[in-house]
Amino acid sequence: MAANDAAFIELDAVEKVFTVRRRAGWMRRERHEVRAVDGISFQVPRGEVVGYIGPNGAGKSTTIKMLTGILVPSGGRLRVAGIDPSKERTRLARRMGVVFGQRTTLWWDLPLRDSYALVRRMYRIPDDRYRHNLERCVELLDLAELLEVPVRQLSLGQRMRGDIAAALLHDPDVLYLDEPTIGLDVISKVKVREFLREVNTEQNTTVLLTTHDLTDIEQLCQRVMVIDHGRVMYDGSLAGLHAVGESERTLVVDLERELPPIEGVPGARTVRVDGARQWLAFPAAASAAPIVAAVAAAYPLVDLSVREPDIEDVIAKMYAERSG
Amino acid sequence: MAESQLYQGLRAYALIVGMWVRSTMAYRTSFVIMALGNLAITALDFAVIGLMFSHVDALGGFDLAEVTFLYGTSSTAFGLTDLAFGSMERVGRRVRDGTMDTLLVRPVPVLAQVAADRFALRRVGRIIQGVALLGWSLAHLDVNWTWDRVLLLPVMLLSGAAIFAALFVAGAAFQFWASDAAEVQSAFTYGGTTMLQFPPTVFTTELVRAVTFVLPLAFVNWFPALHILGRPNPIGLPDGIGFAAPLVAVACCALAGLAWGAGLRAYRSTGS
Repeated sequence: MAANDAAFIELDAVEKVFTVRRRAGWMRRERHEVRAVDGISFQVPRGEVVGYIGPNGAGKSTTIKMLTGILVPSGGRLRVAGIDPSKERTRLARRMGVVFGQRTTLWWDLPLRDSYALVRRMYRIPDDRYRHNLERCVELLDLAELLEVPVRQLSLGQRMRGDIAAALLHDPDVLYLDEPTIGLDVISKVKVREFLREVNTEQNTTVLLTTHDLTDIEQLCQRVMVIDHGRVMYDGSLAGLHAVGESERTLVVDLERELPPIEGVPGARTVRVDGARQWLAFPAAASAAPIVAAVAAAYPLVDLSVREPDIEDVIAKMYAERSG
Repeated sequence: MAESQLYQGLRAYALIVGMWVRSTMAYRTSFVIMALGNLAITALDFAVIGLMFSHVDALGGFDLAEVTFLYGTSSTAFGLTDLAFGSMERVGRRVRDGTMDTLLVRPVPVLAQVAADRFALRRVGRIIQGVALLGWSLAHLDVNWTWDRVLLLPVMLLSGAAIFAALFVAGAAFQFWASDAAEVQSAFTYGGTTMLQFPPTVFTTELVRAVTFVLPLAFVNWFPALHILGRPNPIGLPDGIGFAAPLVAVACCALAGLAWGAGLRAYRSTGS
């Protein structure tokens, strides 16, 4: 087991090629290949939380589907906990939890409680573990009032919380979350993130999540991978991603009165002025403190705030960098 | 490994079926109405044959008791399979909308999950009808019940159910490639059972050959029943061919199993 810990999830030149048939005139079909995943290699040690991000159609979901054994890779080598997912899908299934943001793994017509009871017996969860885990999920994910409600009557946020609980009842070693906060309200998002953080620290659960929400990454992930066109474009820390993408944070300052654009602040430039409010851009990896200090020393400062860069912007800039 | 796979599948099947039955029983009145409705529909189905015999004495040389025997065996075999595997025609929809993914991440065989999905106990209606008609025909048949004939009756029902089951599974497997092919499957399953309710002598020999050598539906009840009724084989096969039904059933199930495995491997999921 210990041998697996450094490379709990292991991909080596993994590929997935789909053959798509397209109509090319009457009765004629053209076949062409789509390389959804085009030679991805990485390793994830046990207990790490990894954000797997990229534009739509980049190959994120396809990777997760290969990791869970849903799809068979077209090439390369893939192991999770030493198991080849597509060969021993059901054996691996006992050790993993999966949440698809877009669709539920629960039984549509059944109340949550019945779904959970079925999950318990399917995964052969010991009684005490089941009770303990269910109690904890119910408490932390606020499910107490939803247990008797059929899944189809739950709101998206409620259903998602129900799904996350279902994925964790059997103490999985690895958890895959495909857009776990998509469409959730702010409070649900906070709850879900808190819960995931706790599960990760307490049980050392390895987590791989895809998301469009930068806050998910900031608050949960030690590591970020950017995927596009089926390839890994970046693999490292979030701060490093900002550096690579040359992304910038923005310092918004409210001055006492209208003044000409702020000048002479090292490492920052004024990008916008609107009345007494001014916007200063500075590298995302740099600290805001010296810039705030420099502004405060020279200008009559009333209020200020710092805006984080948008994940889409960061990635877009990164691409511009590569192709430019 | 293969055996534990089978055990796991059966266990999961029982779990899911049990849950659906409990959830059905929560609305007991609704279930009773549905079941009675189901029984009424299947009863009406047989009324057509009763009506025919009010005008003629024999159909393709078979009298009412003999045709009822064919009807009862076909209906019972199909009813057993329809109860156990009837939900499998939903595979195509699951492939189309991507919900097949959610079955693939669970630690139990997918086949058991799709077979047990939304298990509809009301389908017992057809089995009740089939067994009732079979019982009536047995009381009215003029058959010399030698031991081989007695033995062949339960063998025929089980093999017939297994052949139908293979058809359900193979049809569902086909839906991995052609996700809107549920109707094709129905043509063979529902169409097949209707055909088998009539004596083979009313059909052309080409059709009987096709359902012997291509799609061996004739082994569900025709050939075993011909032996029990002491009738000659319409396409000149030896009289004992009815005893081959269990072998044919095993072969069909093996092929269907292979098709299902190939379908699962070919599954491509949806975009998101």
